[in-house]
Amino acid sequence: MEVACRKEKNTAIVSVKGRMDAVCSMDFEKILDEQIASGQTRFIIDFSGLEYISSAGLQCILTTAKKLEPRQGDLILAALKGTVKEVFEISGFSSIFTIAESVDSALAGA
Amino acid sequence: MSTITLPAKMENLRRLVQFVSGCARHQGYSESRTNEIELAAEEALVNICRYAYPGEEGDVALRCRRSGRDKIIIEIEDSGIPFDPLSAPEPDLRPDIARRAAGGLGIFLIRKMVNEVHYRRHVNKNILTFIVSPEKRPVDALKEHAHSTQGRKSA
Repeated sequence: MEVACRKEKNTAIVSVKGRMDAVCSMDFEKILDEQIASGQTRFIIDFSGLEYISSAGLQCILTTAKKLEPRQGDLILAALKGTVKEVFEISGFSSIFTIAESVDSALAGA
Repeated sequence: MSTITLPAKMENLRRLVQFVSGCARHQGYSESRTNEIELAAEEALVNICRYAYPGEEGDVALRCRRSGRDKIIIEIEDSGIPFDPLSAPEPDLRPDIARRAAGGLGIFLIRKMVNEVHYRRHVNKNILTFIVSPEKRPVDALKEHAHSTQGRKSA
């Protein structure tokens, strides 16, 4: 799993590539935690490069969303595809999170 | 039949999952179907690595074999404490971030990703069996199956 962060319009865009499994999902959560600790509240997660996610990855996203809620934060999940998109739909995560077709459309709406 | 036995530890998770995906690819399953089967395997294996052997170490064994024309039977076996994952309650799928509980999704995903899942306790071993096909079953059939396996309890 590779994670890259950049900022645009006050929003942190976190791109995650490869596979988010139970071995590495905590690393992802830690990166988001650091951003939240530094005061960041608006996030777009770019999933365009993610091939695989298991429930451990879903838990990290849910945990992050819960941390953002009292801070009036914003978490948009962008560019879900393939099995990753399927896992989000099956688990009901697609209906609890804001989903965007792409990072650009997420930014346009942000 | 191919088999692998390793200590049930998170550091072995990827090797174990890759063993399962290797079997699926070997049978010519598509990448997306292989991903789904890997997901089911990971969820079961993480449970075993984390909870099967509290305070001690033990092994997990995987066995993959072809069945019929294109099915694969995957058996995941541990000698840990008796645990029937199919008896776990349905997860909380409420569309509410604040109230939604984080746990329980693993077993739910297993049920969705494999064509059949069975549990048995045999000679002090937990044996979880997945039967998979190159295509997932339609959602309705999966629901029916979930009902038929829900009542099973470990011995």
